[in-house]
Amino acid sequence: MNLKRILRLTSLYLLFSFIVQQVAGQNRTITGSVLNERSNPVVGASVTVKGTSIGTSTDSSGTFTLSVPASANTVVISYVGYANQEITITGRSSFTISLASSGQTLNEVVVIGYGTARRREVTGSIATVTSKDFQQGTITTPEQLIAGKVAGVSITSNGGSPGSGSTIRVRGGASLNASNDPLIVVDGVPLAPSNIYGASNPLSLINPNDIASFTILKDAASTAIYGSRASNGVILITTRKGVSGKPVINFSTQVSVSTLVKEADVLSADEYRKYVDTLGTGNANGVPFKSMVGNASTDWQKVIFKTAITTDNNLSIAGAFKKVPYRVSLGYLNQDGILRTDNLRRTSAGVSLTPTLLDNHLRIDINLKGAINSSRFANGSAVSSSIYFDPTQPVYNTKSPYGGYYEWNLADATNGELSLNKLAPRNPLALLELYRNTSNVKRSYGNAQFDYKFHFLPDLHANLNLGYDVAKGDGKIDVPVYAAQNFLDSGQHNKYNNRVGNSVAEFYFNYNKNIASIKSNINATAGYGYYNNLSTNYNYPSFRANGDTIPGSIPTYAMDKPQNTLISYYGRLIYTYNTKYILAASIRTDGSSRFSPATRWGVFPALAFTWRINQEQFLSNSGSLSDLKLRLSYGVTGNQEGISNYSYLGVYSYSDNSSKVQFGNNYYNLATPSAYDENIRWEQTESYNIGLDYGFFNNRISGSIDAYFKKTKDLLNTTPIPLGSNFAPILLTNVGNIENKGVEFLINASPVRNKHFSWDVSFNAAYNNNKITNLTATQDPTYVGSVQSNGVQINSVGYSPYSFYVYHQQYDKSGKPIEGVYADLNKDGIINSSDLYRYQSPFPKWVLGFTTQLSYDKWSLSTVLRANIGNYLYNNPAVGAIQSNVFNSLGYLVNTLSELTKSSFYYSQASSDYFVQNASFLKMDNLTLGYNAGNIFRNKVGLRINATCQNVFTVTKYTGIDPEIYQGYDNTLYPRPRIYVLGVNLQF
Amino acid sequence: MKCRNNSIIVMLIMTITVFTACTKDLDRSPLNSNTSEVQYSTPAGYKAVLAKVYGSYSLVSSSGVGNSDVSISGISDAGNTDFIRAYWNLQELTTDEAVCAWNDGYLQNLHNLNWTSSNVYVNALYSRSLFQITVANEFIRQSTDDALSSRNITEKDAVDVRYYRAEARFLRAYQYWVLMDLFANPPFVTEADPIGKYIPKRIERKDLFTYIESELKAIDSSLVAPRMNEYGRADQGAARALLARLYLNAEVYTGTARYTDAITYAQEVIDAGYTLMPHYKNLFMADNNLNNTEMILPIAYDATSSQNFGGTTFLINSAHSTDATEVSAYGIVSGGWLGNRSTENLPQAFGDYSGAADKRAMFGTGNLKVSSVLDFNDGLKVWKFSNKNSDGTTPYSPNGTLVNTDFPLFRLAEMYLTYIEAVKRGGIGGSDAIALGYFNKLRERGYETTGGNVSSYTLEDVLNERKRELYWEGFRRTDLVRYNYFTSGSYLWPWKAGAAAGTGVDSHFNIFPIPSSDILSNTNLVQNPGY
Repeated sequence: MNLKRILRLTSLYLLFSFIVQQVAGQNRTITGSVLNERSNPVVGASVTVKGTSIGTSTDSSGTFTLSVPASANTVVISYVGYANQEITITGRSSFTISLASSGQTLNEVVVIGYGTARRREVTGSIATVTSKDFQQGTITTPEQLIAGKVAGVSITSNGGSPGSGSTIRVRGGASLNASNDPLIVVDGVPLAPSNIYGASNPLSLINPNDIASFTILKDAASTAIYGSRASNGVILITTRKGVSGKPVINFSTQVSVSTLVKEADVLSADEYRKYVDTLGTGNANGVPFKSMVGNASTDWQKVIFKTAITTDNNLSIAGAFKKVPYRVSLGYLNQDGILRTDNLRRTSAGVSLTPTLLDNHLRIDINLKGAINSSRFANGSAVSSSIYFDPTQPVYNTKSPYGGYYEWNLADATNGELSLNKLAPRNPLALLELYRNTSNVKRSYGNAQFDYKFHFLPDLHANLNLGYDVAKGDGKIDVPVYAAQNFLDSGQHNKYNNRVGNSVAEFYFNYNKNIASIKSNINATAGYGYYNNLSTNYNYPSFRANGDTIPGSIPTYAMDKPQNTLISYYGRLIYTYNTKYILAASIRTDGSSRFSPATRWGVFPALAFTWRINQEQFLSNSGSLSDLKLRLSYGVTGNQEGISNYSYLGVYSYSDNSSKVQFGNNYYNLATPSAYDENIRWEQTESYNIGLDYGFFNNRISGSIDAYFKKTKDLLNTTPIPLGSNFAPILLTNVGNIENKGVEFLINASPVRNKHFSWDVSFNAAYNNNKITNLTATQDPTYVGSVQSNGVQINSVGYSPYSFYVYHQQYDKSGKPIEGVYADLNKDGIINSSDLYRYQSPFPKWVLGFTTQLSYDKWSLSTVLRANIGNYLYNNPAVGAIQSNVFNSLGYLVNTLSELTKSSFYYSQASSDYFVQNASFLKMDNLTLGYNAGNIFRNKVGLRINATCQNVFTVTKYTGIDPEIYQGYDNTLYPRPRIYVLGVNLQF
Repeated sequence: MKCRNNSIIVMLIMTITVFTACTKDLDRSPLNSNTSEVQYSTPAGYKAVLAKVYGSYSLVSSSGVGNSDVSISGISDAGNTDFIRAYWNLQELTTDEAVCAWNDGYLQNLHNLNWTSSNVYVNALYSRSLFQITVANEFIRQSTDDALSSRNITEKDAVDVRYYRAEARFLRAYQYWVLMDLFANPPFVTEADPIGKYIPKRIERKDLFTYIESELKAIDSSLVAPRMNEYGRADQGAARALLARLYLNAEVYTGTARYTDAITYAQEVIDAGYTLMPHYKNLFMADNNLNNTEMILPIAYDATSSQNFGGTTFLINSAHSTDATEVSAYGIVSGGWLGNRSTENLPQAFGDYSGAADKRAMFGTGNLKVSSVLDFNDGLKVWKFSNKNSDGTTPYSPNGTLVNTDFPLFRLAEMYLTYIEAVKRGGIGGSDAIALGYFNKLRERGYETTGGNVSSYTLEDVLNERKRELYWEGFRRTDLVRYNYFTSGSYLWPWKAGAAAGTGVDSHFNIFPIPSSDILSNTNLVQNPGY
């Protein structure tokens, strides 16, 4: 394909094309087969006569037959994950079409904010991941599909619980106290980060199987059109749509087995007995430690973890009904966590309709999705309890009044009567089995988008997008009266529920005009958006197991209805000269109900310039160079998520019923004035980006390099304010500055590509360095910064956020840390808080991702590896490995990590840098072997089989269970399991 | 066809019109909160804000025990920001009356007399006091006669609101007294200052003395008569008791002794009809809110409705181990955070500290001598406060930790001791005979016989009597400063300033530093000398 030809190609989704004249005439029939880059048949590809809704789709052998009007001269072939292809049908009736996967083509249509663009003309730093490049295996939440796939996008799962979600960061965080989460837009509808009760993570209600592609907008040139919600990047999710032609049924089923990868390294029962025997010479209130040791040998981690089974079944039908393309999907997931009692069941359904009306002038895109999650949440405290519970005690004790589980008791010195030791760790298995937290969550979201192309001016489109996102979360927690975990409250019988109702309305005009006489293209957009987020959260008293209300727990208010509204106006102009020089400018102004009338409107502009260098004459003879593009951009974005809804208002609210004041014989609820900053406003991020896109050898090697600099001002920081000036000693106010700078590199290559064998590789690397440059309104070098509530991390000027703030441990000659001996860093002769220093950052300097796929005929083998370099982690479980915990005065023994025998600390040395460990790692996320059997059952069914191993291995120096924990504080994570998956996909 | 297109365009125009009319939707307000106009539109609204003025020293927050009005960087447990707990830490752990075994550097700084301006416990009290002052200022600002008439509060209701206002002024004066006593030269804000991004002025100790004195005198006629107010609320008795306390320590604050005034006001309180409770221990039990004839002003706690992990919950739980017998005997079945004990100087002050003679000696288990501050078994536990009722029953506690015992912020015994000391120090208007009578009243109540009575006493005896009568009630540091024993080497106790036998330190430790965080935020402040 020559470049002229490529330039002439346009996309189906870009409806900016010519008016098609439907001329009545004789029909003729064309046939063809559609192959992918490995010459395998493509099933379900859409084949449409250009400019009409006449079309079909390929069958299970990849072939099609289509009756076309005599006047038709072009058909368009499209398939998710591949570039659209147009072929001229004049004078021919049989075709073989090879589709190129979209990662390697410049004609791919990329979704951008409020529109689409062709990859080659994209002005911002945009990454796209389509379904063929998704992570394989058991993926319960959508964001995990792209982990490790995009330079500068780090996705850290929050643990191994089913549906637990992830922390997503695009180019590091831009904020300290407001949200750092990117904006997620599904089919043009921005999702508000509403808290749904009973859902561990709102994204867990989106079925990953319904997703066709992700587009990540990274720099301000591409995100500024989202204005006040864009500082942390924007992730656009496009769901799968219907195709024209006869229905294609796809059924996939997966079964997987999850196992615990690694137990925390605790003392075994025998080691523990020996330890107490050797060192436990003392007593607690007269009870010798040695007498507390039991006879059992219990591996508590084995007791609470299990091998868990997950099944995931998905069925979809895509086709066209009376010329209306549709896709209907159903999914059912049943996932057990490896922690006993943990379970998630999700039933999901989706409908997509994409009719075209009024002579193709009105295109309607309707997406409706719904899911019902039924969860049982395990009591997560069992994980840490399994580390601390004495391994010499049995799991069960037939005489135990606590449901038959062994628990620590205290004996009354006078009458010997036993009572529960309230401060002791609880039996880990009892924590799980006697705690029943079940929830039922329903969520539905969707939109209807109307794109109208004016009859009198086809270059002008009007686009109306109406979206909704509603959810209903209900749950209850039951603990029996005899359970030790709620013994004082006589069990619990509690409930929780809320409702979320968010609505979106957007309207924009788009004008796209080619002016051949001046070699120019103008693409202008102007629009309006209205976003309303309303939750209704119900409050309940606490109940005992028998249904009695616990005194003092009756809530003051039966419910609350937090609400916020955003109104936006936006515009964008993209001017292209001679297909080589592209200038794009956008502006958005947002009004937010979170700010006072004086500060609520913000303006967010962006400017970008792109030079397609390979289009220049002087490079036209360079045969090996297929793409070279320089991108420059600057923009301003904002951040308002994480700022509470009414923080600018000074108001009074009534206190809880447990916080009343007694006057006489009555108790009065307190009317409390709130601290407020009436001038609170957006955080604003200025971003600069320079990027280069390259492609060689017909894009068999392609990629990009980006460098960026982001500077956030008016950063919200909870700073101390002069006492006496407001109703709190600290106030969230706009005072700080933070900087992020980084480099991203991406290369995709296909070293081998022939009839039988192909090999693709993709590698990305991102370097990010963030630094706080200001935190206070007045400059004072004596301000150390804000120490985090965990006591070992600090935000301070000149350092990365959440840097560790610790003493420098001193070691003896054998390399063993000396208890309580730290370096006197300021050399004043005393060791005190002025000797604390900032030691390392929890965030990686480098994040690397590597994907490769080998295909040989029907077989394929693929793997994804990820690495983080330069991230440190505070090993909190190891901090607890001290003698004074084992031999405490509280009447019970606790186990610890075997760290105890290495550092042998007596008292806690929580502020020692000894516990801040290098947590750089290399992980193999998955390894997949696939077999595409092709068509079986008389060529009617396409069969694919996959075997995947997830979480294959981890290479790290970190001594805890898993080095990958966001923000650097290891507090006994729910372990991520290793998962073995077998999947079968059938297509009819 | 044409018609259809037109209708689409009409629809578009309508849509745009509807959308752009929505900017008023940006004015959202919370469902469960009131603007000040709504809050102060009724007398009940005023009383609810008055409850917050009181709640600022009886609770840590309006939203349960886990949150704090004064969240402080470095303090994760909200209970540490409670007024009594923070006050007690600075007034008692710094003295011979208490040590704490919790291995927390900032806490250990207190007994070691080596705290710095970044000490979080110093900051906790300072912030708590200023918080209550700020809330009181708001109430005072909103309850002027002009405000009442503009809000149509009837004259009948306005009478009550004026009492509330005088009480808010009393509580503000009380907290300024706390700040003057411990921090000397704090920031100074009144109802005349705004709320917002404002930098308060600094006030010097002697000027603050004048202010507190004038406020307390000014509100005297606006307060309810002694013993006539609702339980838990301040009256003239409380204001006069504070004046007596202020005058007793006046020389420390201003350099000028005011013992005559101390006698005057102590006498006024004594004459107001308060009487000593017959049994000392009942003063510190869960039902001490009932028929308590000695209480001038309590801070009231309730395990159900006024929950707080500071206050008496802290005093009781931190004095007991988890020993089942011990905790059930004191009404805290799941309690026992043991940390606080005494140095031997406290029990030794009784001679026989078994409680057999002087029943005020209420000590628990432990070694008399403290060989290690961090050893929970060293130092006798102090079992003065209890969550048992005086009839031996245990009141309800939702979690077995929270208690119902009220804390005596002002009680009659202190007024006797103020009178006694002021007379001994040369104040005019009292008499030695009456003073000796008061002295023996306290001892008779303690011994429950006349066996402990004395025929004369020295100034030193007064200090020791104060220790025996008022230990662990938050007086000790102020008393030692007044006797010039707090930092000097002339009176020592175990582990004073970190030395086993005790040692003196520089006199700048007589007052605490202004917390560094407020020095940073408030450029009008000046650090106290020596820090």
